[in-house]
Amino acid sequence: MWWMQIQVLVVKELLAVWKDPRSRFVLIGPPIIQLLVFGYAATYDLQDIPIAFYIEDSGGETRDLIARFEGSPIFRTTARLERESDIARVIDSREASLVVHVGPDFSRDLHVARPATLQLVVDGRNSNTAMILTGYAAAIVREFNIDWLHDHGQRLPPASLVVRSWFNPNLQSRWFIVPGIVALLTLVVTLVVTALSVARERELGTFDQLLVTPLRPIQILIGKSLAPLLIGIVEGSVIVFFAVFWFGVPYLGSLVLLYSSLIFFLLAIIGVGLMISSLVRTQQQAILGAFLFLVPAIILSGFATPIRNMSEIVQWITYVNPMRYFLVIVRGLFLQGMPAELVARQLWPLALIAMASIGMARWLFKNRTT
Amino acid sequence: MSSAAEVVSASETLAVEATGIRKSFGAGETRVLALHEFDTTIRRGRITGLVGPDGAGKTTFLRMIAGLLLPEAGELSVLGVDATRDPERLRGRVGYMPQRFGLYEDLTVAENLDLYADLHGLPIDEREARYAELMEFTGLDAFRSRLAGRLSGGMKQKLGLACTLVHPPELLLLDEPSVGVDPVSRRELWQIVVRLSGGGMTVVWSTAYQDEAERCSEVIVLYEGQRLAEGRPADLIDPVRGRAFGLPVSPADRRRAARRAKSIPGILDAVVQGRTVRILLAEGVSPPDPSELLPGADDLPEHFTPALPRFEDAFVALLREREESDGSARESIDPEHGEPSKEGDEARAEAGMAPAGGTTRSDVIEIRHLTRVFGDFRAVDDVTFSVARGEIFGLLGPNGAGKSTTFRMLCGLLPPTSGEARVLGIDLRRSAPRARARIGYMSQKFSLYGVLNVRQNLRFFGGAYGLMGAHREARIDWALDAFELRELAGRTSEDLPLGYKQRLALAAALLHEPEILFLDEPTSGVAPLTRREFWDRINALAESGVTVLVTTHFLDEAEYCDRVGIIYRGHLIALGSPDELKDRYRRPGEPDPTLDDTFVALIEAHQREHPE
Repeated sequence: MWWMQIQVLVVKELLAVWKDPRSRFVLIGPPIIQLLVFGYAATYDLQDIPIAFYIEDSGGETRDLIARFEGSPIFRTTARLERESDIARVIDSREASLVVHVGPDFSRDLHVARPATLQLVVDGRNSNTAMILTGYAAAIVREFNIDWLHDHGQRLPPASLVVRSWFNPNLQSRWFIVPGIVALLTLVVTLVVTALSVARERELGTFDQLLVTPLRPIQILIGKSLAPLLIGIVEGSVIVFFAVFWFGVPYLGSLVLLYSSLIFFLLAIIGVGLMISSLVRTQQQAILGAFLFLVPAIILSGFATPIRNMSEIVQWITYVNPMRYFLVIVRGLFLQGMPAELVARQLWPLALIAMASIGMARWLFKNRTT
Repeated sequence: MSSAAEVVSASETLAVEATGIRKSFGAGETRVLALHEFDTTIRRGRITGLVGPDGAGKTTFLRMIAGLLLPEAGELSVLGVDATRDPERLRGRVGYMPQRFGLYEDLTVAENLDLYADLHGLPIDEREARYAELMEFTGLDAFRSRLAGRLSGGMKQKLGLACTLVHPPELLLLDEPSVGVDPVSRRELWQIVVRLSGGGMTVVWSTAYQDEAERCSEVIVLYEGQRLAEGRPADLIDPVRGRAFGLPVSPADRRRAARRAKSIPGILDAVVQGRTVRILLAEGVSPPDPSELLPGADDLPEHFTPALPRFEDAFVALLREREESDGSARESIDPEHGEPSKEGDEARAEAGMAPAGGTTRSDVIEIRHLTRVFGDFRAVDDVTFSVARGEIFGLLGPNGAGKSTTFRMLCGLLPPTSGEARVLGIDLRRSAPRARARIGYMSQKFSLYGVLNVRQNLRFFGGAYGLMGAHREARIDWALDAFELRELAGRTSEDLPLGYKQRLALAAALLHEPEILFLDEPTSGVAPLTRREFWDRINALAESGVTVLVTTHFLDEAEYCDRVGIIYRGHLIALGSPDELKDRYRRPGEPDPTLDDTFVALIEAHQREHPE
């Protein structure tokens, strides 16, 4: 009977979430929006970058160099400048993100085997883009150098760099981002659904009605955890499906590992959600509370920026963030087919966090309901 | 076409003139007609009562008069202004106090007044004089620096009224100002309004309480979005004059007597009132022989005694006539099937319950020195009482008096700070879930799952109370039949009419055949006939041995109880049967006090002994 009571509670929770238009939207809205936004719009790859040239030299070498820029699919020429003062103007007006300035002595210097200098002016307002742009430009100049040395019968530089990117050979950022969405979406949806569950009942006055039944607080807690757990698993599966079959991201790892990690990740979030739900009185407060947790959880997870780049104290904080571990697992399982022993290294702290969070939720729940 | 002169004179005597008003909310299947074909007039300088149950359209009409809502059809003239065309011109002339007035709980009384003075643009130099007047009016002067959130329900309403009156309106609209307010504050509020009206202000007071209607100078009775009656209360009561009678009956028999009385043709209404059974006869019918109510009883009086007719009698008579005229017995009990006269276990079987098992007069609820403290606030202070099996016990008191806290402790939702609470011999501090399995609970607000349908709600609560498989389905079948919900089994609960919601809530509370039923303000805001139907069911349950504990602030409802306990500021200030309490306040000047008078006297005595 103990489990039967929990079972009716889970059925009731699922029905309540599904039949309430607002919470149904939470299940369907964010996945669609985020899949579209992150799958199509969010990319670190640059294309079609406006470029301008200020050329004071008329040698053939200069023309060759410029042609290499113009021939690249990354750049689109928007202006040829006549005066040095125009550089500032086109950068300010975003007419060009990059200006290549070839000085008057460029060809001559090359021919007398002196180092010929080339000036690149980059729009540094978006530091990320600027860095990637300089990288592209440097690669073009490097190729130019090698070809020039070769054509002029000179010795090539003694060491040369051949880069091969493992797991994502073409460095497509979609391959990196989409597996991250699996973590992000399950986090958002599960947290919001859980945080709303008790708050909704409090707001509508049904919570008292629930508490006067012979259900024990622990049964209510289990019922209120199982429902979002099921929801989270279905949500996660749907997103994995879209990642593989719609966005074409390769999935190389074990599904058993994925689902066991997902369950621990969900339990950790459900614990947090239930804590929020125990503390608040209205659904609005619950949503606010959920976002108070979501924003730092996402920023401190390595979803967008590497944890290694954060200051040391902040890095310490990330150790209690369940998303941090699950993100490593899900990305590893997708692109790298992460082996079990590596998954385990991330899984045990995740399991600890899950137990702590459910334990705290239980304590708070008991104290706030009796 | 009326002539110009008539129009002028009409707008001089009439504050509001409404013809053919219609307004609906929602769309499609859930569309609700809040008002339709509604005509009425409200005279200047009077107190007009807008009387009707929840959902009758009272708030909709008040908001229309205030210019906050436009009718879909019809004409509405307010203070000579066409409220459908330029409601803007009513701003400042009409004052509207909604049910939950927007007081800022974190501001003091004085700051709240300042805020509303700013909103109304009251000049600074006029404020002090106006405030002094309002504070004197409302008796809030001593509390100017108190936070509004810490005022009692009655004081909050008075402050709300003061804020509405910062800029004195010509027309004052009060939407159920007395809900949840203690009887003393209720009388004070009423006196304030009488004074305002004496000063020439037109007041519209909406209420679900029938006794308040009696005090108004004119009354508009609203029911299901239509005007059921209109006029002076005395005129409305006139048709039922000489049709109300009472019969003193022994406590053990009165519920049975009332039930039998209902099945006698020509009796429109029969209720238990203290130690008497009160009946209302159809027009031109003479009272039956008392032995028809209780055949074989030997100590019955020879005749029914005439009783004073009340406004509620008029309302009930109107509703019964209406039912007969459109043949829809929707809210009535079918005398054939509803409550046949069966006794004890027979009635229990009728109600679908297992036999009560033993008829020991043991106390099933025992409370000793129960105290609950929140911080420095003693919400319940040394309360002691007990309730016997099969008894209907009422807990009376204004909002915030400690009723709900006591209730929550009895359900094991809240541990007592000290003292003892036992239900069915089970100590609630030790094994509350075991006790809860034998208690049914129904709350004031409709607190089932609104998004689930009727059957899903019943399934859930059946399961939560541990009913399984075929047994659960059998109980659900019983509930659907006994509460006439079968046709609505697939309907989403929140779309049900109020009366049906209430039935569903009671059905859900009875699925597991509880020995004790807790009712938390079960009938506030429902129409009189629905309330009667509800109490018929409760009476049948009590007869079958179910113990009923009910909280209410409806004093009529308290009359149905075997005993009542009055809670005020955390103290149990009186305990006894309604008649015992009334007897204590029977004086030469007041030979026949109502329970309301008694309640007020008790509270005043308590206030004298324990000044705040």
